[in-house]
Amino acid sequence: MTDRPLKVLIAKPGLDGHDRGAKVLARGLRDEGFEVVYTGLRQTPEMIVTAALQEDVDVVGLSILSGAHMTLVPRVCAQLREKGLGDVLVTVGGIIPDDDIEPLRTAGVAGVFGPGTTIREVADFIRANATPREA
Amino acid sequence: MTGPAGSPADRAAALADAARAGDRRALARLLTAVENHTPVAEHALRRLYPLAGSAHLVGITGPPGAGKSTLVAALIAELRAAGRSVAVVAVDPSSPITGGALLGDRVRMQSYASDDGVFIRSMASRGHAGGLAATSTTAATVFDAAGFDTVLLETVGTGQSEVEVAAAADTTVVLEAPEMGDEVQAIKAGLLEVADIVVVNKGDRPGAQRTAAQLRAMLSPAGPATDGAPPARRPEVLVTTAMTGDGVPQLLAALDRHRIEGRHDATPAARRARAAAQVRAVLVERLWDRLDAPGMRVATADALDAVARHDTDPYAAADRLLAALGREEG
Repeated sequence: MTDRPLKVLIAKPGLDGHDRGAKVLARGLRDEGFEVVYTGLRQTPEMIVTAALQEDVDVVGLSILSGAHMTLVPRVCAQLREKGLGDVLVTVGGIIPDDDIEPLRTAGVAGVFGPGTTIREVADFIRANATPREA
Repeated sequence: MTGPAGSPADRAAALADAARAGDRRALARLLTAVENHTPVAEHALRRLYPLAGSAHLVGITGPPGAGKSTLVAALIAELRAAGRSVAVVAVDPSSPITGGALLGDRVRMQSYASDDGVFIRSMASRGHAGGLAATSTTAATVFDAAGFDTVLLETVGTGQSEVEVAAAADTTVVLEAPEMGDEVQAIKAGLLEVADIVVVNKGDRPGAQRTAAQLRAMLSPAGPATDGAPPARRPEVLVTTAMTGDGVPQLLAALDRHRIEGRHDATPAARRARAAAQVRAVLVERLWDRLDAPGMRVATADALDAVARHDTDPYAAADRLLAALGREEG
């Protein structure tokens, strides 16, 4: 059962309304052969974690341009662990200052992608690092 | 990568029991197993199938953009207000080129994060062409056995002939948008024929009531009933505005009415058709497994090659393989 597509949740936590990047990424990952669940704008951490659980995704990709990443991302990571989803790969894309990258990694983020990242880089990172779900 | 411990049968039993006890993560895992056709899925299904059969399975189909996801969201709200739990299987197409998929139905269904009475699962069609995924019916069985009162099966955006959902559901709702075609569209064979309920959504648009009136006229029986013939299907035609919820209580009432009518049959036709489709799928799978088993593999490959070279035809090859399987058994 190794040839099935990896399943990726693309979510935008918080209040910024800029979802172009998330949509471009969702579409790009589709073209890379992933099954992408797109949840849309203005998600709370609880909504994102519920979606990740129900969809049984391998990867959660968070897109944040508001500057609230230090508040929202650790919450998502903590709630994922609470629900037994600690093995889900978490990535963050958006405007993330360099100084914040290390604290985000400590919180549980595997990959941080800033402006200029190509879709292929994200796809390769996911393929190299995600643990496919098993049942 | 470390796999979970235990035999597939043990893991299946643990997951199935946990899912029935309300463990949402176990339920989600089980659905993944179903989607991937793993041994765990088969063991779990054997355990769960006898426990299913009490949920109302409702199929929602219609062309892209008619408002299926929005209507499903409105139905979830209505069902929750009535105190019923609801599971959703929302199917979107897989790319025929890359195998990837963009599953976007959750965008319109996101207000239920803290409500354990709602479970939404997106599925990619993975090359299956009938409007559902090959495993959608099985996923519905899992939700059914897990105790959900209603299971909504939302198809991909369909054209005129993706009628598979009618075999998967107890009640089939076909969604139309206003002004999508003239009266001739309504008398063509296909999707509208399998509708138990036809919904004209976007009821606030001009033309919605006129479209509904045309559909009512064209979908009524084409002549007097012949003696002894079963009564002709005559779907109810409703108008909704899913965005505002207008007409959705009436839709739920119509769903309930249709469900009660179906109960008058000992084995309703829809359930018999579903059973046939499920057994057929397993039969085909089992047959292929036997043709691929060590004793048959060479003969199977030879037969396929012969057909590929046009040395023989598919009918003769199939007959020969079936005869060979019979000899193996004897």
